[in-house]
Order: sequence, then structure tokens, then C-alpha cells
Amino acid sequence: MRIELEKRPKVSTLFSVLSPFIAFALTIVFGGIMFALLGKNPVTALYSFFVEPLSEVWSLHELAIKAAPLILIGVGLSVCFRSNNWNIGAEGQFIMGAIAGSILPVVFYDWQSPVVLPLMMLFGMIGGALFAAVPAFLKAHMNTNEILTSLMLVYVAQLFLDWLVRGPWRNPQGMNFPETRTFGADAILPEMIASGRTHWGFAFAIVAAVLVWFMMRYTLRGFEITVLGQSARAGRFAGFSSRKMIWFSMLFSGALAGLAGIAEVSGAIQQLRPVISPGYGFTAIIVAFLGRLNPLGIVAAGLVLALTYLGGEAAQLSIGVSERVTRVFQGLLLFFVLSCDTLIHYRIRLVWERFAATKTEEAH
Amino acid sequence: MGIVEAILLSVITAATPLVLAAAGELVAERSGVLNLGVEGMMIMGAVSAFAATQITGSPYIGVLAGIGAGVLFALLFGFLTLTLVANQVATGLALTLLGLGVSGMLGEGFLGMQGIKLQPITIPLLSQVPFLGPLLFRQDAIFYLSIAVVAGIHWFLFRSRAGLKLRAVGDSHASAHALGVDVVRTRYLAVLFGGACAGLAGAQLSLVYTPQWVENMSAGRGWIALALVVFASWRPWRVVAGGYLFGAVSISQLHAQAFGIGIPSQFLSSLPYLATIIVLILISHNRRMTLINTPASLGKPFVPDR
Repeated sequence: MRIELEKRPKVSTLFSVLSPFIAFALTIVFGGIMFALLGKNPVTALYSFFVEPLSEVWSLHELAIKAAPLILIGVGLSVCFRSNNWNIGAEGQFIMGAIAGSILPVVFYDWQSPVVLPLMMLFGMIGGALFAAVPAFLKAHMNTNEILTSLMLVYVAQLFLDWLVRGPWRNPQGMNFPETRTFGADAILPEMIASGRTHWGFAFAIVAAVLVWFMMRYTLRGFEITVLGQSARAGRFAGFSSRKMIWFSMLFSGALAGLAGIAEVSGAIQQLRPVISPGYGFTAIIVAFLGRLNPLGIVAAGLVLALTYLGGEAAQLSIGVSERVTRVFQGLLLFFVLSCDTLIHYRIRLVWERFAATKTEEAH
Repeated sequence: MGIVEAILLSVITAATPLVLAAAGELVAERSGVLNLGVEGMMIMGAVSAFAATQITGSPYIGVLAGIGAGVLFALLFGFLTLTLVANQVATGLALTLLGLGVSGMLGEGFLGMQGIKLQPITIPLLSQVPFLGPLLFRQDAIFYLSIAVVAGIHWFLFRSRAGLKLRAVGDSHASAHALGVDVVRTRYLAVLFGGACAGLAGAQLSLVYTPQWVENMSAGRGWIALALVVFASWRPWRVVAGGYLFGAVSISQLHAQAFGIGIPSQFLSSLPYLATIIVLILISHNRRMTLINTPASLGKPFVPDR
């Protein structure tokens, strides 16, 4: 048996809508098989993984808290990926944003003022953007592959954070724990709704998604991103500069990742620790693709992937599977998303050798 | 054994997985496929090798299991990018994310276990040579394999007909296809070979370098291997030079940490990653040279027209 692809005359609208859903369904099926192999009842396991976390008010708040950074980063990455710039170092930009944003509440902890919080958010964005500026500069002016440089910088950022919280920024009253002071009241991103912990980071994410959606759909910049992504040559004829686009897309996604970082630290953790992210920057890559690089799709995809984090925690408590299944689910999901995207551009035909032989004979 | 030999020995041990993984990726890239999933294949190799060794008691079966896991993951990558023509960059990332996830699950039961080390094989006579003998001829099987693999790749690419075809596929898949070369088949084989090498590199990590299972123990080595291929301008022996250079950087930072020279350990630990970036800049800032060296069809999808 062979698989043959036949190019569709036109991009299939049906499958561009359906493909993320098919991918999600396949992930559920494979997840069920995996649970069965682990000796669990797949139905109860999947229920506790995907449904239980949605059944209570507090866990819906947790969902929004986890979705906020995923959506913020994912929206930024969609601009990068659409313009063919492969920033995969969002995890590092997230961390550097968190660090830059924490300068005020950690170093100038005495300063209490209503302007502290907006300044922190601004610093976070600048920190993330500056860290993304390194691979941007290297790609635009030194011709260096941004995939490798942005990824290497993730390790550097993680080690830098580790040094800060164990060294100069360690809480002097913290009994030697590797963490900073807890932030003062003016440095904490407030809760959005009275019923639970969801902080304003979620609102930032939704606003960013809507703004990027608008930019991509109605502005020249959005058109430029699409054109340069599909063909740098065509973009040059239209007078667009690939080099400027590298700068724009990298700084933009870096700033959003940095904002996600400081919003997470200020809203959810309220201090810096050696590890502040369960891999949000990498999971956001999956979010971007599951959302088909469409900002509104990314909002939905961010909620789905946030659910896998909660599901992992829930499944560990209720059926005793390790929390590590989360990352397996996330990986599987990306695989199925990428496979199903083939359906958008191609018809897939299964060819059995005998059939194929008779067919070619007929053709002769 | 003197201190110099001890240091050189540790450099070799640190360099071997980099050389292996980079050599395998080099073949895949020469055929025009950019597989960014080296890290994922490597970590799967590490966990499978460790698990198989614990279960059977034989590190050699562990080595085979590591290679098998790498090949299996490479097959997954091949199916997506070559059969379903999915985006190579995204699929490579998916392979890495999936590998890190699956290895974490599989390895859970093996955390903290005492590993079984792959024992060195002493080569008679040659191992008696002063200085070089103990360094190069009292090594484990994976080290010997790493050198043999590089020599084999060099011969294959530049001295054999099949290697010429493989390079043709990587430089222009349309022309190679027109000349009757089966592009997809060639690329599948190259990708699977890359997977085998990455899996073997992973096995080295969990059976030789640190004989135990630690989550995420590949620690970015798969990515460094990818950078090494660029550094080596897609030439096999330069991969060895680059691999040993990186091995030396990572070992010297470890020794510097042990001596406590007053620089925070985190800064020293980030040296191999910074060195990778610097090397990439030095190698690629000359646009024309990069263009000449890079396989022209690298990363471009191919759908045979029928």
C-alpha cells in the first residue's frame, strides 16, 4: 500500500476549519489507547483529564490563568511564523520579561505607587523584546539561523534567572530559600472577577488576540506579513523589506512573551523562583499551530492546551497517572495537527500496488 | 594516568554524543531534509537504552534499543514530512516536544536507579602506545562506532554512487527526480540513518557519560548537534573537529566550576550555549560561503508529480 498526494485545485475551506478538530479527536483516541496501556479505564481517565477540570468554578479560573500566557505568546508567535521567522525561544523571552518586570518590586521594593504596576508591565515587554532582539539582529545582519540562536538563549535565560534568585535577588528574610521577596500589594496584578483567581493577564491575552486579528485582516502591515511569509521575492517586488520584517516580528513576539512572563509572575506567582514556567514558551508553539496561526483560533487553542495542564494535575490526583502525560498529550496534538493540515492542500489517496498497476496499463 | 589524560578523556566522552548526532543529521541534511527533532530522538535513545539495559542487564541490548528508538522517531518524522509533506521545521519541533514528553513518561520508573556502564574495550597492542593508547584505544564501543560512522559517511558521500545520488537529491530534488532517482525513498533512508545516530548518541548519554536516567538529560545537545552541522559546512570530518571543540568547552566549564574560580556556576554553565551562538555567527556571517555550502533543497518539500 502506498499513500499518494494529489494537489487540490483550491485550498479546502472545509478542511481548514475541520483539521484542528480532527487532530483533537485523534489525540483523544490515542490518549485513550495510552491510558488503556497504562492499565486504566480509558473512559474514566479521559473524563478526569478533559472534563473534570471544567466542572468547577475554581478550576475554570485555573484554566484562564494557564491559558493567558499561552494565548499571549501564541499570538506573537503566529506573526513570526506567518512571516517565516522561526522564533522558538519564547520561553527565554518569557523569563527575561519576568525578570525585567520584577526589577521594581524586587530591587525598589519600598516604592509603593499606582504607577508601579503599569511600569512593570512595560518593563516586561521591553525585557522580552530586547532578548528577542538578539536573534533578530543576528538573523537580519549576520545571516545567522534564528531557530538555533533563539533556542540556545532559552538555556541562557533559565540559568540567568537561577543565578538571580539564588544570588543577588534572594530574599534576605527568606531563610535561604532560592526565591525573591514576595511582591508588594502595588506590584500584584489584580483579579479580574470576584469569583476567583483569574488575573488581568487573561484580558491582555484576549486584547492582544483581537488586535493582531485586526492587524492581519485589515492593515497593510498584516498583508506585508503574509506576503513576505509566502515569498520573500514577491515581497521585495512589492517594496517590502524582509530585514525590517525580521525585526518587527521578533520584537513583537518577544514583547508579548515578555508581557506574558511578567503577568504570570505578578498575577499568579507573586515572586521570582528558579523555575517560573512549565514550558509555556514551547507549548505556545503548539497553540499557534493548533489555532492555525489565526489569532482567534489561538484563543481557543490556548484554552485547549491549558486544559491539558489541568488535566494532567487532575489525572494524577484522581486516577494516579503521572502528571507527565500532559506533555505526551501536547506532543501528540501537535503531530496530529501537522498531519491533518495536509488535508487542506492535498487529497490523500491510498494506492494498493495491484490497482496502481492496472491503472497505468489503462492509461497506456 | 595524569591530569591531562584525565581531562582529555572526559573531553572525548563529552564530544562523542555530539559527533554522532551531528553526523547523522548531516546525512539527512545532505539529502535535503532539515530534521529539528534531533533532541527528541536523542532523549528517546537515552531513555530506551537505559530501560532496556536495566531490564535485560546487558548494555549492548541497551545500545540496540537506543538506536531502535531513534529510528522509530525518525520514521514518524519521515512519515509526516516526506509522505504527508508537513512543514519540516514545525514537525521537527513536534518530534522534540513529543520525545521529551514520552521519555519523561517511560523513564519515570527508572529515576534514581543505579545504571550499568558500558565497559571499555581494550584494543591489544595499540592500547600500549604511550599517551594515545589509553586515550583512544581503551574506549567503549560507542566511541569506536562514532569514528567509524564519520569515516563511513565521508566514504559514502564522496566516494560512492549512492552517496552522489543522495547529494543530488539534496541539491536539486527536481533534477534528481527527472534523472530517475527515487527522491522520497532516498530521503527516508537518510532520515532513518539520522535517527539511528541520534538514538545511539542518546544511548551514550545514559550508558557512558552519566550512567543513569535523568529527565531532559540531553540538555540541548541535540540542538548543539544541529549547530555543529552548520559549523562543519556539511562536511563529515569537520563535525568531529567541531564536536571535540564543544566537548572541550563543556568540560573546561565543569573543571572551572570544580576549582571555584569565583565566577557563578550558572554563567559557566551557559558557556556551551553562548559558544554555539558565537560559532554560528562566525560561520554564517559570510552570506556567499553559506549559500555555496548549504544543500540547495534543504528544508524544501517535494511532491512527486504523477
